Amino acid sequence: MNNYLLIDFGSTYTKLTAVDLNAEAILGTAKSYTTVETDIMTGYEAALVELKATLAAKGRPDLEFDRKLACSSAAGGLKMVAIGLVQELTAEAAKRAALGAGARVLQVFDHDLTRRDIEKIAALKPDMLLLAGGTDGGNQTCILHNAKRLAEAKLPVPIVVAGNKSAMDDIDDLFKEAELIYSMSDNVMPKLNVLNVDPAREEIREIFMQRITHAKGIHTATGMIDDILMPTPAAVLKAAELLSKGTDLEDGIGTLVMVDIGGATTDVYSICDGEPTQPGVTQKGLEEPFAKRTVEGDLGMRYSALSLKEAAGSKRIRAYLKDDLADVDAACRHRSLQPDMIPQSPEERHMDEAIAKAAVALSVERHAGCLESYYSPMGVVISQLGKDLGNAAAFIGTGGVLVASENPKAILQEGLYDQETPTSLRPKSPAFKLDQDYILSAMGLLSQDHPDTALRIMKRHIVTL
Amino acid sequence: MTNTVVLGVIGADCHAVGNKILDYAFSKAGFNVVNIGVLSSQEEFINAAEETGAKAMIISSLYGHGEIDCRGLREKCDEAGLDDMLLYVGGNLVVGKHDWEEVKEKFLAMGFNRVYPPGADPEQGIRDLRDDLKLPKPE
Repeated sequence: MNNYLLIDFGSTYTKLTAVDLNAEAILGTAKSYTTVETDIMTGYEAALVELKATLAAKGRPDLEFDRKLACSSAAGGLKMVAIGLVQELTAEAAKRAALGAGARVLQVFDHDLTRRDIEKIAALKPDMLLLAGGTDGGNQTCILHNAKRLAEAKLPVPIVVAGNKSAMDDIDDLFKEAELIYSMSDNVMPKLNVLNVDPAREEIREIFMQRITHAKGIHTATGMIDDILMPTPAAVLKAAELLSKGTDLEDGIGTLVMVDIGGATTDVYSICDGEPTQPGVTQKGLEEPFAKRTVEGDLGMRYSALSLKEAAGSKRIRAYLKDDLADVDAACRHRSLQPDMIPQSPEERHMDEAIAKAAVALSVERHAGCLESYYSPMGVVISQLGKDLGNAAAFIGTGGVLVASENPKAILQEGLYDQETPTSLRPKSPAFKLDQDYILSAMGLLSQDHPDTALRIMKRHIVTL
Repeated sequence: MTNTVVLGVIGADCHAVGNKILDYAFSKAGFNVVNIGVLSSQEEFINAAEETGAKAMIISSLYGHGEIDCRGLREKCDEAGLDDMLLYVGGNLVVGKHDWEEVKEKFLAMGFNRVYPPGADPEQGIRDLRDDLKLPKPE
């Protein structure tokens, strides 16, 4: 017997995936509304009943699970505040570390924290703080000042410290004395423009597992399931990384870009080094993470439909619809007021597709790097900020709107490089793929124990369009 | 570290050779060199100095537009709280033939601590930096 039950406590749905390891097959999936306000297990049980029915129909009525692993973005997900010294450097590095750990970054603070900043942080009610600042051996005054402010404030929020190594002992003493919940990690930017986010990411995940899920009332689930391992976006990032790089035994599919269009946010993942693909272009700024995640909080199909309309403009959405008279405003308003709306008519489906196109276009443009030209006496000199996604081998889509659409490829194509904005370094000719069974987060979880199996299942189930 | 310096070529200038020589010379002399390379803006020098706690900026300009690129750097350092930052500049700082003393005065008036003419020996800069930072003389 070698069966896994993988659970994703999502913000809207609790999704279950049953996997038979020996057959390397997905036995069944089921979902039900997440019930975090009452008891999260109610929704889980409901989904489990549905799953058991599916399994029974397949002739496996009394299947037992050996391992039950979960990830969660319920109750608002993992909300974090990142603190650094310079906005473009350690503050940005801290932000990237938090995003890579699957967090929602509520706000980023730089330089010395004031009493007002501390009040703001308290009002934001984050689940965790990430404190960075200074390269190793560099500036200590800022991170020490900020640590003192945090020690005085005694916020009941765990803090991950990942700044200048030289200041670590002093901060350790300060926080110990103030009896804060904290843990020390490696500097997110040990040298100028060098990014080191993995240790901080791991520390964040560790605290998430031990503390945050409990604080959110998800702990009741842990009696019946083995572990809530990580936030859902971290599981998705893990799956994407595995699918791209492969394992010791099995090849991956190469560099990839992935877009997850949700109700509240659109997440973009890229797994590639992103170095310049054009000759004569030099890279500028902070090093980019190989596995990068960005979150667009204003781009979503439901909760954020109105802010998406603001960002994209009605004209653009009308152009996608090929309808100059469509009432985009009313459509977006309706969706933001009724987040559980499921399109019934062809018109509603078309509107959803148009909104999704805008989400893909804007989110990939923000994620991708860009070129800047300088005019010098030697001619034009071009430098690159961010990642060049031009050579991405695959472009994967996930999210309900894509699965429901008759032409998901047309939606994803909006994220491609285009001649009109040649400075935006988006994918040029990737193979389009679709996560049609919503298995990415489940495979991220499974890859903890069985990466080869998870990879082979993904290769089969993530279909080429 | 008390002897961290930020090194770079300012403005839309991509002369990399001198930058490599200075990196080699200052590193060999025992300085912790944070080299931000060519095409660096004033903001990049300041951000790098802030994070690394650098005590000096060693700025090169080879393409003749140094005056425009360097103007306002001292004021920006003051704004960023880098009060005692040592600013060194050298290279072909202006276009055409000018009296060197005039050029030097101009850059000193802009708040630079040391100004070096074309072809200056890196060793001179290293000696000056040791003096300015009050570092012990090497044996």
